[in-house]
Order: sequence, then structure tokens, then C-alpha cells
Amino acid sequence: MTLNEFRHKCAAWMQGDVDVMEHILDGSEQPDLSREERKELEKEQRERRSLSQYSRPLVRAQQKGFYFLYTITAITCCVALIGVLLFTVANLPRYGEENPRTVEVVERYVEKGLEETGAVNIVSGMILDYRAFDTLGESHVLFTALICVMILLGKDRKNMRREYEDFYMVSQDTYFEISKDPIIRCVGMVILSGIFLFGIYILLNGQISPGGGFSGGAVMGAALILFASAFGFEKVDRFFTGKLLKIISFVSLAFYSFAKGYVFFTGANGLENHIPKGIPGAILSGGLILPLDIAVGMVVACTMYGFYSLFRRGSIGKGVIR
Amino acid sequence: MDFIRNFPLFTIVLSLFSGVLCYLLKGKTARRYTILYECVLVVLTGCVLYYTITTGEPFTYTMGEFPAPWGNEIRAGVLEAMLALVFLIVMLCSILSGFRFVDADLDESKVNLYYTLVNLMTAALMSIVWTNDLFTGYVFLEILTLTSCGILIVREIGRTTLAAVRYMILNLLGSGLFLLGVVLLYDLTGHLLMVPMQHTVAELAADPAVMPILSISTGILTIGLAIKSGLFPFHYWMPDTYGWATPTSASLLSSLVSKAYIFLLIKTYYRAIGIDVVMRMPLRNILLVLGMIGIVAGSVQAIHADNINKMIAYSSAAQVGYIYMGIGLGGTAGYTAAIFHIITHAVTKSVLFMTTPRLAEVSGDSLKFKTLQGSALRNRDAGFYFLLGALSMIGIPIFAGFSSKIQFGLAAVEAHSGVRLILVMTVLALSSMLNAIYFIRTLIRIYSDPEQKLRREDIRRHHRLGYNLPMGLLCGINVYLGLFSPAVLELIHRGLEMFG
Repeated sequence: MTLNEFRHKCAAWMQGDVDVMEHILDGSEQPDLSREERKELEKEQRERRSLSQYSRPLVRAQQKGFYFLYTITAITCCVALIGVLLFTVANLPRYGEENPRTVEVVERYVEKGLEETGAVNIVSGMILDYRAFDTLGESHVLFTALICVMILLGKDRKNMRREYEDFYMVSQDTYFEISKDPIIRCVGMVILSGIFLFGIYILLNGQISPGGGFSGGAVMGAALILFASAFGFEKVDRFFTGKLLKIISFVSLAFYSFAKGYVFFTGANGLENHIPKGIPGAILSGGLILPLDIAVGMVVACTMYGFYSLFRRGSIGKGVIR
Repeated sequence: MDFIRNFPLFTIVLSLFSGVLCYLLKGKTARRYTILYECVLVVLTGCVLYYTITTGEPFTYTMGEFPAPWGNEIRAGVLEAMLALVFLIVMLCSILSGFRFVDADLDESKVNLYYTLVNLMTAALMSIVWTNDLFTGYVFLEILTLTSCGILIVREIGRTTLAAVRYMILNLLGSGLFLLGVVLLYDLTGHLLMVPMQHTVAELAADPAVMPILSISTGILTIGLAIKSGLFPFHYWMPDTYGWATPTSASLLSSLVSKAYIFLLIKTYYRAIGIDVVMRMPLRNILLVLGMIGIVAGSVQAIHADNINKMIAYSSAAQVGYIYMGIGLGGTAGYTAAIFHIITHAVTKSVLFMTTPRLAEVSGDSLKFKTLQGSALRNRDAGFYFLLGALSMIGIPIFAGFSSKIQFGLAAVEAHSGVRLILVMTVLALSSMLNAIYFIRTLIRIYSDPEQKLRREDIRRHHRLGYNLPMGLLCGINVYLGLFSPAVLELIHRGLEMFG
């Protein structure tokens, strides 16, 4: 490049015309252009294509070289990572080995868990009492995911146009759905109440037996999904609207935050929290574990059904575009 | 116990509640509520900062009735309180000066969802800043990842969705690596809370056979957080992510989210692993080299950018490189410089990201340099704030950028001699020059109007107070940091001492 050329290039750069790298590296495409700009760009690209015919073998060779290098680097990185991780695993403490240093925390959970939390199911006691703050965050992770899916898939005026609404109706799979399928309906009628009951059972027994909010809620959410696919969304909308879902999520999460906030507050300030532990093994035991399990279960069920409904028809309740 | 000690808990729990509440509210009400609520939070964290400075010692707060190695814990010292305060002020200013664009870019029915995500993001930021437990850090890191993707896709144009997919994949990779690192550390030490973990690590590190595994687990954790915050080889998600998001989102993502990850990394080093052990690992040299390459590469790519937002995004990549260079330099001076730069950059970048849409607005809604000719003359307020931000980024004295660059130089002189010192100094000088090249070019472009395109009706004057107030506050903090940096540095120094 001569000095003169460089000077011209700099001048072009000052003017805002940048061509130096052609943006191969950042992988971005051309931004939103007006029609004239786009025409200009196409013309430019055509010219460039005709120019590049001369140098095509070179380009191909470069591409080939790049892919070759890329593959080699990727394989090397993977092999190196596998080696490092295998080395690490080989040197970790052996599984089941008694190590006085690492069992301090676990010992207390196992030995005193029942006495301190009032929950026979130690896992529930651990996640909802000892480490309740983490679980508070975890239940909000689900809610955040629901909000994100709502933003992405929810029908609104920006991603749907009113004049095409009929078209969208037909293009959705719910339009052709065989919701009157006799087999699903009959089986659904028989097993749905059982699934619901089983979900509630898991939910309420979280402090006594394996289970709790997350698993019970998932079962109930699955039951709602089966209900929707067997009898159609219209039937679900009669008792489970978008508004109800909003209110249930709000009440459960707000209750969760404030109940746990109260426990954190009293615990840290050394106050008595007036929450009875109950008799271990009874249904009303474990202090706050049961109500918290119910709250988590409600949120999980709502989220599962919300995902399904959003993926199928782009809204949780009846999809009305204002 | 003083009542102020409860405030960190309040900031977290109330933010979570506000997030859920905004889901019920209508768009406009949600926005008003969020702004009011952020003001309350600023007051609360301000009280905590004042309290920790006057008492002169940090305090831990048990989350529940179970003490340290068994239950969760949060902790507040000078450093945490200061960063929380800066984060909240930047967040408040971004929301205040950007809500007009949020209303324009979003569908009406989704505005309340946007503020839901913003509130949840506040909760996650607060938890990551206050946490004293690695796993709590991971849980709220997940919320931060999800909410940042959410506020990115909310604009619903193809480009943001594409950018969000890329951002999501890299972020999840980062979260996974972080989790892997935490699991390995838990397996070695049997603790998740930072203080007991540090004690066990100190015992383990005496054994030369365990040291490599410790280095590997710390390294995996570091790579995870480096991907999420955009260190050099992993910074290619930045231009699209910051370039096309709604201005408020771009400002939050670049000045808060990526900085929160870096702060979590520093906290892990100091509190969970122990800075003495970290200094013995080869890790810091890698961070130093990657940071230096990142500074140069980011600046060079910023020169090539044809779009003002992309230029600022690449410049963000360079600034993240600075911070990692500070961590790589090590020593109290290096970490002080890194944390000071976190604050500086948060205050400056948010100003830049909030001015560009206003400049574009008076230039036919295009962010390309070609159309931006003379835009600062059409919107004088935005042009002025862009000028201040650009001067600070270049590192002109009396602005914050100057003091933070000086700090990096001093840290290098203090900690090293020979090749490393020369390298760091060269990179600092080179990057200042490159910064000057692309920012001054932009300034010339937006302040010159040879074709006299300036017309009277182009000048928009509405919403002036709502824009000038937050921008003036941020620029004021910027100048304060530049002029009175010793006071702030002293605070950071004290905070780091409390960390150890």
C-alpha cells in the first residue's frame, strides 16, 4: 500500500465509509438500510463478486486453509480439556472416603436435621430451611424464565398484524388439533384426576417423604398440559385463565419472599419467629416447609402450563391482541 | 444489633417482590413504581455505606437461624456497599433517561414485563454483590443471565433475537463452567460458604499434590466468568448485543451485568480461595496477557466499526481488558485499580450508551457514522454528554478515565519490573492513543456540519429535564472520580483490607 492509498483510506474512514475488514470477524450482517442504500449495496456487492472471480482459487484455498486450521484447533482444545478434566477427576478425593475436613457440614444436616427443621425428609429441610436463600433465588429463576418466554413468544402488535390474524389462526397447530380424539379423551378422563391427586400428594408430603414443591408442581403442571391437549384450550380457559395464573404466581412468590424474609430477619436479629415446628412425621410439621412447598409447587405448575400454552398458541389465556 | 444491618436483606427481598409486583401492574405504573423503588434502594445502600465507613468493620448477616458453615450468609463491607450504590445509581439513571426509548421500542403489552425483568436483575445484582456463599452466587448468576437475555430480546427485531441467541449460548457455557468450578471446589473442601472454604483451601494448598487441582478448578471458574464478562477471545458477542438492544438495556448490560461477574470473580479470589493462594497460581499471568491483548484488539476493532454503538461496544471489550489486566497485575494496587476501573467504566459507558440514541434520533434513526454528521449540533445536550464521556474514555485529566489509567500504571510500577512493566506501560500508552483516534474522529464527525444540514426544526427540546438530570448526575460523578480519586481509592483500599 503506497502512502497515497493509505491517505485516501484514512479520508474515507473519516467520512464514515469503512471497508477495511468488511466485518468478517464480528459476524454481523448489514444493518437496516433504506431502499436506496440497499440498492447501492447490492450493486457494490455485484461488482465485488465480478472482481473476485479472478482471485477465486486463492479465496478457496484460503477458506480451505481456514477450515483445516479451525478443525485442528477445535480438536486440540477438546483433547486438552478432556485430558485436564480427567487428570482432575483422577486426583479428587475418592467417593465415600471418610474425610473429616469435608464432612463437617453434611454431618450436621444428617444428624441434627430432623431436630432442627422438624422435617423427616432431610432434603426438604436442607433446601427450605438451612439453605433457604438459595431456594428463594431458584424459585424466581423459574418465574424469570416464564417472563422471558412470554416476551419472546407472546403475541402482540409488533410480531402479529391484525389483518393477518386469520392466517395466523390457520398456521397455528391448534387449529388442526384433533382435540376430540376419543382415545386421549377417554384415557384423560380416567387418569387425569389420579395425576392431579398424586401431584397434590407429593406436594403436601414434601416434609415427610421424598418430593416437595418442585416435583409436585411438575406433576401438576403435566396434568394441566394433558388436560389441555385432551379437551382443548377452551375447557382449560374456563377455570385457568391468564389472569388466574398471574394472581397465583404473584401470591405464591410474594408469600415466599415475605415468609422467608421474616425468618431471615428474626434469625439474624436473634428474635423468636413464632412458627411452630410441629411433630415430626405429621402432615403439619416442619414449620414453614409445608406452606413454602405449596407456594413453590403452584409456581412450578403455573410455569409448566405457561410454557406449553405460550409455545402452542402464543398466549397464556385467550390470545387477544389489543 | 443496629437496624441498618438489615438493609442488605431488604434490598434483595424487596427487589424480588417488586419484580413479581410489576408483573401485575400496567406498563406506565410499573415504570413509575420501579423508578421510585430504585430511589428507595439508593437511600438504603447509601445508609449501609455510611454505616460501614463509620464503624470501620464489615458485618455478616445470617440468612435464617443457622450460623455460618450450615446456613446461608450475606456480608457487607465498604467495598460491597460502594459497588452496590454505584450500580443502583447507574441503573436509576439509565431507566430515567431511557424510558422514552423503552416505550417506543417495545410493544405496549410488554412494558411491564420489561420492568419486571429490571427489578429481578436488581435483586440478582444486589445478591451477587452482598453474597458470602459461592452457591448463592451461582443461583443469582442464573437469574442475571436470564434477565439480561430477556431485556435484550424484548425489542423484538430480528437482530436482537439473533444477538440474544449468541449471548445466551456463550452465557450458558460460562454458567456451566462456573458451576463446574464450584462443584470441584466443594468436592475438595466440603464447604460452599466463602470463609470456611478459604480456611480449608489454605490447609490444602500446603500440599503440593493438591495445588494443581486447585489451580484447575479455579481456572475453570475463572474462564466461566471471563466468558460471561467478555474477556478478549470471548468478546465477539458484544457488538451485536450492545449495538441493537434498547438503550437502557445496552447501558445496563455493559456497565452493570458484565461488571457484576467481574466483582464476583474478585470476591471469589479474595474470600473463597484466598488471595495468597491465587497469587501462587499461574492463572494471573494468563489473565494479564489476555487482558492486554483484549485492550489492543478491542480498540483496533472499534476503529474499524462503521456504527457508533458498535464502536462503543468494542471499546467496552477493551475496558474489560483493562480490568482483567488489573487482576493479572495482582497485589492490592492491581485489584484497587481494577475495582476503580469497574466504577469508572460503569459511570462512563452508561452515559455514552444513553447519548447515542438521541444523536441517532435527530439523524434519521441511523447509527451509522455517515448520517451522524453534525448530529451534536442538532441535539446539543446529548452532544455535550457524549463529549464528556468520550474525553473520559480517552483519559483526559479531570475525568475519571485519567485517574484509573494512572492507577494501572502505578500498580504496574509497584508490582513488577523488567519486561512486564514495559509491556503494561506500552499497552497503556498504545490504547490511550487508539482510544483518542476513534473517539476524536467521532467527535469531529458529530460536531462538524460542512453541508449546513442544521435546520431549526431539527432541534428537539422536549424531555430535557428528565434527560439532563440523570446524565448530569453521572457526569458529575465522573468528574468527582477524576478530581477526588484519592478519597475513593482510600475507600476501595479499606474495603479490600476488610475482604482479606
